[in-house]
Amino acid sequence: MTRTSDIGVMDKTRNVGVAMTRREDERLLTGGGRFLDDLPFGDFYEAAILRSNYAHARILAVNTDAARSLNGVIAIFTANELGPIMKDLPPKVVHPKLNYQVRLPIAMEYVRYIGEPIAVVVAENRYIAEDALELIEVDYEPLGSVGSTAEALKEGAPHVHVGSETNVAVHIIQQAGDPETALKTAPHVISETFEVTRGGGHSIEGRAVAARFDEVTRQLIVWDNTQAPHYVRQMLATIYEVGEDEIRLIAPADIGGGFGPKAQFYGEEVLIPWIAKEIKHAVKWIEDRWENFVSATMERSQTHRVEVGFDEEGHLLVLKDVFEHDQGAYCVGLQVPTITMSTLPGPYVIPNIHSELIACYTNIVPTSSLRGAGRPQAVVAMERMMDRIAEHLGIEPSEVRRRNLIQPDQFPYAVGLTFRDGSPLTYDSGNYPELLDGVLSRIDLKEFRGEQEAARKSGKFLGLGLAMFVEGTGIGPYEGARVRLTNTGRVLVSLAASPQGQGYETVYAQVAADALGCDIGLVEVRHGDTSFIPYGQGTFASRITATVGPAVWEAGGELRSDILSVAASLLKTDVGGLDLRGDAVEVFGSPEKRVTLAEIASIANVGRHGMSVPRDLPVALERTSYFKPTQAVYSSGISATIVSVDVETGKIEIIRSILGHDCGNVLNPLLVEGQILGGHAHGIGNAIYEEAKYSRDGQPLAVSYLDYALPTAMEVPTPELFHVISPSPLNPLGVKGSGEGGTIPLPASVANAVEDALRPFGARICELPLTPQRVLAAIYGLPKLEP
Amino acid sequence: MKPSRFTYHAPTDLDEVLALLAQYGDEAKILAGGQSLMPMLNFRLLAPAHLIDINRVSELRNYFLDDSGLNVLALVRHRELETSPEVELAFPILHEGLANIAHVQIRNRGTVCGSLAHADSAAELPSIMVALDARMNVRSQSSQRSVRAEEFFRFHLTSDLDASELLVSVDIPAMRTGTVGVFDEITRRKGDFALVGAAVVGTWDSDGRIQDCRIVCSGVAPTPLRLTEAEQFVSGTDLSEEVLVGVQQLVMESLEPTEDIHTSAEYRKKVTGVIIRRGLARLIDQRRDIHV
Repeated sequence: MTRTSDIGVMDKTRNVGVAMTRREDERLLTGGGRFLDDLPFGDFYEAAILRSNYAHARILAVNTDAARSLNGVIAIFTANELGPIMKDLPPKVVHPKLNYQVRLPIAMEYVRYIGEPIAVVVAENRYIAEDALELIEVDYEPLGSVGSTAEALKEGAPHVHVGSETNVAVHIIQQAGDPETALKTAPHVISETFEVTRGGGHSIEGRAVAARFDEVTRQLIVWDNTQAPHYVRQMLATIYEVGEDEIRLIAPADIGGGFGPKAQFYGEEVLIPWIAKEIKHAVKWIEDRWENFVSATMERSQTHRVEVGFDEEGHLLVLKDVFEHDQGAYCVGLQVPTITMSTLPGPYVIPNIHSELIACYTNIVPTSSLRGAGRPQAVVAMERMMDRIAEHLGIEPSEVRRRNLIQPDQFPYAVGLTFRDGSPLTYDSGNYPELLDGVLSRIDLKEFRGEQEAARKSGKFLGLGLAMFVEGTGIGPYEGARVRLTNTGRVLVSLAASPQGQGYETVYAQVAADALGCDIGLVEVRHGDTSFIPYGQGTFASRITATVGPAVWEAGGELRSDILSVAASLLKTDVGGLDLRGDAVEVFGSPEKRVTLAEIASIANVGRHGMSVPRDLPVALERTSYFKPTQAVYSSGISATIVSVDVETGKIEIIRSILGHDCGNVLNPLLVEGQILGGHAHGIGNAIYEEAKYSRDGQPLAVSYLDYALPTAMEVPTPELFHVISPSPLNPLGVKGSGEGGTIPLPASVANAVEDALRPFGARICELPLTPQRVLAAIYGLPKLEP
Repeated sequence: MKPSRFTYHAPTDLDEVLALLAQYGDEAKILAGGQSLMPMLNFRLLAPAHLIDINRVSELRNYFLDDSGLNVLALVRHRELETSPEVELAFPILHEGLANIAHVQIRNRGTVCGSLAHADSAAELPSIMVALDARMNVRSQSSQRSVRAEEFFRFHLTSDLDASELLVSVDIPAMRTGTVGVFDEITRRKGDFALVGAAVVGTWDSDGRIQDCRIVCSGVAPTPLRLTEAEQFVSGTDLSEEVLVGVQQLVMESLEPTEDIHTSAEYRKKVTGVIIRRGLARLIDQRRDIHV
């Protein structure tokens, strides 16, 4: 594997750019990680949640009498007992045309998906709580339901929201240029329909919430393994109608994976703290794996109808894509489909674009962002068509791509659409030809085509697939860092965003140490607690490196300047003649003239009680910076896959997987590599294995790992990685996000490779994931497997 | 995902186990490796009032291999047999099947007899036992019987065991000189239950013809499925290319497999034919290895 430790870094830095192992590793690798359910909560009661058995029904009655009388049951809550918090959980990203439907913390009159909460049982332990669930009687009046966008859009389909006139949640069109005319005049126009499934998050730790109302401080303390502690606190403060400081929200230091679903806001997060306060006793709820399958948000299918117009040389003239997006029973946010809309054009110059979204309500658990967040689907639509253009014109697919790439001197490049953050889709930086060259220097195309031809003669079918993408990362509104010199002469960095394995404690120590110029061993990073720093947004959308990174850099730089000022005053010299090294500030050329950081803290922070200090001496050495990006910064990448397809069984073997990635400057190559490897595994899952199957009427059919084919180490090949570095001009570190780049191109790349392998059969790969069933269906026209 | 309330029993000898089964019968489940049982309890798909843990019954812990065959008692783990060079030498097909069961962690705990008693037709061992004509030794407090594998599997997750009986051991008769066998399966992921699987066994005679062929499929029917027509088609032949293509065609035309969310009946028809053809082709390779 290509190591990434030799890649370029910013000048004059000592820690940033170095492939440091994670500080978190020791505890995580020795079983010392403490996840929410590992915290020593003592006598917390445990909650279990009764969830709907129906995809759509009216609740006529809920009888909890028998359950209440079970020994060990403390309390049971339904919507009836929760009046004050029966308020809307608002969606994250909205649109003026959204057919808005209220989502409540717990079902009131209707249930609209299997898994929707109906009642909460609090008991002495989870076993008893689950026994009680079985004793609750719900009188349902079943209603018609829809389990896909295709079903939802059918004439006369049952409505997910009784009273709404349509299942369409939103219908949005974005255009650049004049796509209609271009489609009429283009020399070649081809079209195809693709169905793409993006699986669930499947973090190893499910969701979890614990809460205790502290009677002494009158503060509600909530432990929640969320990706976005301040966001959850703000939502709770609004719903409970309290001041934000009356709630302390703590995301434990160790969280077993996030991937997007834990960045959403759920009914359970409203219910558990409220109930803890109501019953005056601490409560915890730990989502189990079955609940995670039916109640954590996930991504799912999109159906894309794509048309492309191009000239004789394969230059793109127009792109039109109309796609259906499954929003689920409620709109948790429109971020995923709006990202899809703007990810379509990718790295190509396309003068005319029509991107049209039809988002539908279905009787399925709501969808939300999940690593890749709408991009893998868009990349399938675009990149599959790039291969079709190549096939149509008889040109090598890499050549068609080369002819259409945005060139390095075209940045900033305005695509003509709007991104998910509300700003114009303007790429800040990139070098797409270098990404393509990176792949072509690793695969000898001529040699491969020869090998492919020879293999076909002996009944072996090899294929090569490429996929390129551009990914908006590092979005707003802001993210903060607070950097403080402590009484022991150490530097404490406090972040709002909570990590789920990304290594914040390591990488932001690197950034802070370099910003201050101090020894990295003096820097400690803590995170995820609303008492550490007042405001924050959270970890999602590959945004932290490009928002927290600059915030730490700026706050660290300001703290350095304060420290030097104090030192200058103490050493009776100019700031210009001082250097901060290790744990002390020294006079240049006279290292014996020095003052330690602890001494500086003692003077400036501890002070002498009641005594005045000189006017120009900075005191209380703590600096907070909130970095506010003006727009997204755009990472990019390429995947190349070589597969061998067994045409008798439909099994796909990945022979080579190459991933080239550009996330600008790399703060810690080891962490970036880890992100890309993890993303790659997710991408392989989407390409070949994972499918959250539902029946036509919304019954979930894969609710355990027996039926849901999450790939394991046995299925995921080790990719060959390489980096292209085009620093972003939009932040002081020149960084862009890297959390999703491994995932995004894989489904398209694998599908392209499989279709390339099967070209002698004229097989059309239009549905993902590529199960053995689908591969044989594409070759032999087997009937489609109906849900 | 917590089991409902049950009474846990931890007997230390076989008589005690059989007495508990006699007493609780329908309300009891045997816990051996627990690799299928525990998830079913946690999902509350099963809610037995009594759990009889046989892990302390040391008399059930061994297996015995001699010239007459292999006797595997109720507590023998998959992994023990899989890693035994003697078992691999005597029953290469069994070794191959065991290596295909789930993952190492599961094979370390799961038991051979537990898998057979669980009677999942998509599992590896039931088909292999039918192909090898194994016998299930079943006991209750008052009776003892031996059931041929072919009669033991009754339906999906249903064996011939009655509620008071324990599968004490399985007897696999030794493979004769010239007898060869392979197991192969197609799965979504490594370690999954088979979309389709097949155990193929036959005996090469001195004229280079395969005799007494047994072909048993996993994952295509509610029980391991013996394809007698295909067996007759290939038995007595030299497994020429023509025979192989013919049997593949025969299987594809005659099989009526089940459909589920993982794959269609059409897929199973087609691919079962493929893996049987490939399995038979490997019997030719094995013949070279044994120098018949």
